[in-house]
Amino acid sequence: MRVVGKPLPKVDAAAKVTGRALYADDIALPRTLHCKILRSPHPHARILSIDTAAAKRIPGVLAVITGLDLPIKFGILPVTQDERALEHEKVRYVGDPIAAVAATEEEIAAAACDAIEVEYEVLEPVMSIEAALQTPKDERIQDYGGPNNVHKLVALEFGDVEGGFSRADHVREDVFFFQGNTHLPMEQHSAIATYVDGKVTLWSSTQVVHYVHRALSKVLELPMHRIRVIGAAHGGGFGGKTDPFAHEIIVSKLAMITGRPVKCTLTREEVFYAHRGRHPVLMWVRTGVTRDGRITAMHFRSALDGGAYGSYGVASTFYTGALQTVTYDIPAYRFEGCRVFTNKPPCGPKRGHGTPQPRFALELHLEKIAHDIGLDPVELKRRNFVQPNTRTVNWLRVTSCGLEECTDRVINASRFHDRERRPGHGMGFAISSYLSGAGTAIYWNDMPHSEVQIKVDRGGVTAYCGAMEIGQGSDSVLATIVAEELGLQPSDIRLVTADTDTTPIDLGSYSSRVTFMAGNAALEAARKMRALLVEAVEASGRRIDDVTFEEASMLAEARFGTLTTAGSYTPPKIAGPYKGSGVGPSPAYSYSACVVDVDADARTGLIRVNKVWIAHDVGRAINPLLVEGQVEGSVYMGLGEALMEEQAFRKGLHKWPSMLEYKSPTFLDMPEIETFIVETIDPEGPYGAKEAGQGPLLPVPPAVCAAVHDALGVWIDEIPVTPEKVVEAVRRKEKGEPARYGPQRFPPIPYPPTIKVEPPPKDAAITAI
Amino acid sequence: MRDVERVVLILDVNGEARQLLVPSHKTLLEVLREDMQLTGTKHGCELGECGTCTVLIDGKPQLSCLLLPIQLEGRAITTIEGMANGSDLHPLQVAFAELGAAQCGYCTPGILLAARSLLEENPRPTRDEIREALAGNLCRCTGYTKILQAVELAAERLR
Amino acid sequence: MAAELGPRAMFVAGGTDLFPKLKRRQFEVDSLIGLDFLPRAIRNRSDECVIDAGVTLAHASHDPHLNERFSGYAQAAGHVSSPPLRNAGTIGGNLCVDTRCNYYDMTYEWRKAAGFCLKKDGDICLVAPSSPRCWAVSSSDTAPMAIALDGLVTLVGASGERELPVTALYRDDGDRYMAKQPDEVVTCLRLRRSLNTRSAYVKLRRRGSIDFPIAGAAVAVELDGDRVESCRIVLSAVASYPLEAKAAEEFLKGRRLQEDVIREAAEIASKPAKPLDNADLSHFWRKRMVRVVVEQALARVSDQQPGLDG
Repeated sequence: MRVVGKPLPKVDAAAKVTGRALYADDIALPRTLHCKILRSPHPHARILSIDTAAAKRIPGVLAVITGLDLPIKFGILPVTQDERALEHEKVRYVGDPIAAVAATEEEIAAAACDAIEVEYEVLEPVMSIEAALQTPKDERIQDYGGPNNVHKLVALEFGDVEGGFSRADHVREDVFFFQGNTHLPMEQHSAIATYVDGKVTLWSSTQVVHYVHRALSKVLELPMHRIRVIGAAHGGGFGGKTDPFAHEIIVSKLAMITGRPVKCTLTREEVFYAHRGRHPVLMWVRTGVTRDGRITAMHFRSALDGGAYGSYGVASTFYTGALQTVTYDIPAYRFEGCRVFTNKPPCGPKRGHGTPQPRFALELHLEKIAHDIGLDPVELKRRNFVQPNTRTVNWLRVTSCGLEECTDRVINASRFHDRERRPGHGMGFAISSYLSGAGTAIYWNDMPHSEVQIKVDRGGVTAYCGAMEIGQGSDSVLATIVAEELGLQPSDIRLVTADTDTTPIDLGSYSSRVTFMAGNAALEAARKMRALLVEAVEASGRRIDDVTFEEASMLAEARFGTLTTAGSYTPPKIAGPYKGSGVGPSPAYSYSACVVDVDADARTGLIRVNKVWIAHDVGRAINPLLVEGQVEGSVYMGLGEALMEEQAFRKGLHKWPSMLEYKSPTFLDMPEIETFIVETIDPEGPYGAKEAGQGPLLPVPPAVCAAVHDALGVWIDEIPVTPEKVVEAVRRKEKGEPARYGPQRFPPIPYPPTIKVEPPPKDAAITAI
Repeated sequence: MRDVERVVLILDVNGEARQLLVPSHKTLLEVLREDMQLTGTKHGCELGECGTCTVLIDGKPQLSCLLLPIQLEGRAITTIEGMANGSDLHPLQVAFAELGAAQCGYCTPGILLAARSLLEENPRPTRDEIREALAGNLCRCTGYTKILQAVELAAERLR
Repeated sequence: MAAELGPRAMFVAGGTDLFPKLKRRQFEVDSLIGLDFLPRAIRNRSDECVIDAGVTLAHASHDPHLNERFSGYAQAAGHVSSPPLRNAGTIGGNLCVDTRCNYYDMTYEWRKAAGFCLKKDGDICLVAPSSPRCWAVSSSDTAPMAIALDGLVTLVGASGERELPVTALYRDDGDRYMAKQPDEVVTCLRLRRSLNTRSAYVKLRRRGSIDFPIAGAAVAVELDGDRVESCRIVLSAVASYPLEAKAAEEFLKGRRLQEDVIREAAEIASKPAKPLDNADLSHFWRKRMVRVVVEQALARVSDQQPGLDG
């Protein structure tokens, strides 16, 4: 291959190293008004009245709006349309938007927000999972869901779980907690809207122009063709810009009212309130194994602290139970999940969406089982690895799988089994898997998940796709695939992306779907274009290899007229035959294995990560440089979550909504990373490619905890592993108590009756159902 | 509303003397972005906590969100727009592009400028010296690995 | 000028502490008085070093003479925040840096939602609601070291110039933490120690950069042969002022800096430290870590062992 597999610069690199790339807040249109949003100071309150009269009188204020101006509810999932751009009845977290101002200057807008009088009836806030399961003192946070403040309950059983446990020689139970954390993109969310000739145009730092488009249409009550959403250059998402946000709707509405461009850039503090980050999840897991370490059954329970709104939460809940089976062959599996509402900023998808928490629990739990039965943890895990081309007990289809090779790479490179034995030194190992795109769309439909058009005119090639470059290399992947098929370089391809007026639909940059889905759509479109060129060249009596691309394109244009082709990608229908089976299926799964080397100090609890080895099965690296970048970035984020990042609350407020106190690792906190790319050439991925952007985060937190145990002999069953927790665990160990820090119990949860699902037959076809 | 006091300033930005009339309380970050259309300088917190808005003042990295232009007359201000020589990119910019050191690219201008200051003072930095010099600049995408490699590559080419 | 403008005016040197606080409306002023006109030199003399208040933290941390003679001070300056901040922040500014508290170092909107505290706009301390005073934490890295090195500061104000020990700059009050008059400006710092003074600063913080100290130990020791002739141990970030560990200083006098002595001295030094729940990580752990940072600082002056911060 000519360009696939080559470490070429990203196609947008020049714009980014020169400061030329235009992010949403960089866009300056004539007569732009500044928007500020008044937010709730209470975690839970009824709004009795909102008086905007004084604010409206301030010179320079052109519009003040409240929830009465935007009463229609929206939400990313069709089943949880529970958000308003501005709340006029009830606020559910500190930071909930109440009113918005458009003014000639930012300071005037801020002063106008100050001048808005809101009367509240303060309600008792609910700030924990335990509290949300109790009867609310005043009233529940949302008026839908399960009992008390329960949002979603699910209970599924695959195969004979009781039978599996009875066959086990050893059964173990553990409880784990994974604290919530946030994406912390370097760029604060920003959006600017215009309203011209009855049409709204919005530039936004979103990961998904299509979903913003849909939400705007619903709330503004405009048909979609009168709304255009353009993805501006994007300063980091990690899942945090995947929901439609209040500020995007607000600036559009204010532009409609004032007839002038309106911009809103969130402050850093507001970014913490927009959130949609990692759910805090409490987990209980029980597993049976045979004497030689084979899993016979597993029962997994999760309780997610969802924050105040639905967001992606229903999907997140299913994800905490879905992918356990994709790495380990679990013959019988029961999952019970629960999401509760609390008076905190809503949680949603962050890198690994709903799966890093159970992965953390699962990997540590198996590590403990290995210790119980005197088996090397790596060996125990290996004995249970899933095999390629199989179906899991919960009907997930596994095709390419590089778990063995990933494991070999990191175990050998780190000399894991010959590691240095000195006090305080330890190594930990963990594996993981992630989706290459969700197999089902957010909203049910039969249409493709990605569409690409290609236009060729006299030597020039333009590819059009709704996919959104968020730094991960979406544009580069499209350009590389088109270039490969047409015999060009990626830099030869002009790209038009993420613009709902001009580009065909792509569902956006989430669930690690772009390379696989937009990549396949681009491949189809490019191959069709190549066929046209070949046909035209051959009709002229020559061979495609003997003419230049310009010549070929002119011959084809002469023969066929305007040269356009299109390709699209629809995932195979592979979901299992049960309710809830839509979460988990993916056309392909990536695999990762990781070893972390630490020095841990028993006295201070301080942990120094010396090195991380990580191997990632990406199917095929379309650009190895970008794959490494995704893997290294995932390790970074995984270490941040493992050691310091924490979305903590105190007295109903976010404890530290700032970049100083929310700890993101600096250059001095990152170890060396050795990355191995493993290629398994997936049968359905473009050139065999799978995802790289999320999966490699997952094994990092459990590998850190395994390493800390290796170093100090204590289990830290709670993320993040802060020094105070380590010190406390060491103290307990020295006193002869269980050498562990973590949650003591899993609360009783009113799970519904378990839905029993027959596992797929052993010889189930793996291609489709 | 209080009347906003405005001042006339001449700032030397990227070697160009620019005369400006700006409110005296506006930060350099705001003046660069809003009054000079130099939007290559980004912001991540506007409180001095993330390093995103780094520019060079007399060749040394400082945070433009914590500087008042009124204090900077007569000093050389360099932003990302002043890093390339005409159409020729600075070797650091080339290396960052080649090695994938910019993902979302939002922290990149600040890091490039801080790295340039480092290499001007220390053409042969060790990896730890690079880490020290860039430790005020957060990046959420790269895990820093490719940035370190790119600074090393540029240093080698600049020697 | 400051005297004329009154309380709605503030001095600004590097601005690295002041501007974020203005943006968060922790400080509200009508006028800022820039101190850029003040000299910014480090003057080395045989028995002392005079550092102008306008010298940047970066400059001080790289100065060869300071590194040789007052290495603890250079270390402390080099551990303040992050490199770009040290290029703007000054040594005078760091001596006067506002006390910190994670109920106070928040935006106006956050403080309003939490309920204002007595350091700004409110009338109770949110950390210790039953206490009549403010418990914000002294968060200067260089002040403890300047005190340990018997530093003197020069203050210039409307009523003239005076020189006083650095330690006299501070009060045990998180709100009004400085003893100087509002119209007085720190113009220089004078460090004086004999040639055989050894000093070290060990800082505890979550990350390798950017963060304020959550505990720290500044130690300066004069040795007579292998015995301690005199020493000063000053703790950062465990009280509303740089806290001198006098009992530990007494204990060390005449002793050799060997492992068991260091351990005992550190134990004594940690006793008066009372971190509260208003900074990063738990105050229990921070209290426990005071011993560790003192030990490491003493170990470093005894045989130049690296500390937590390498």
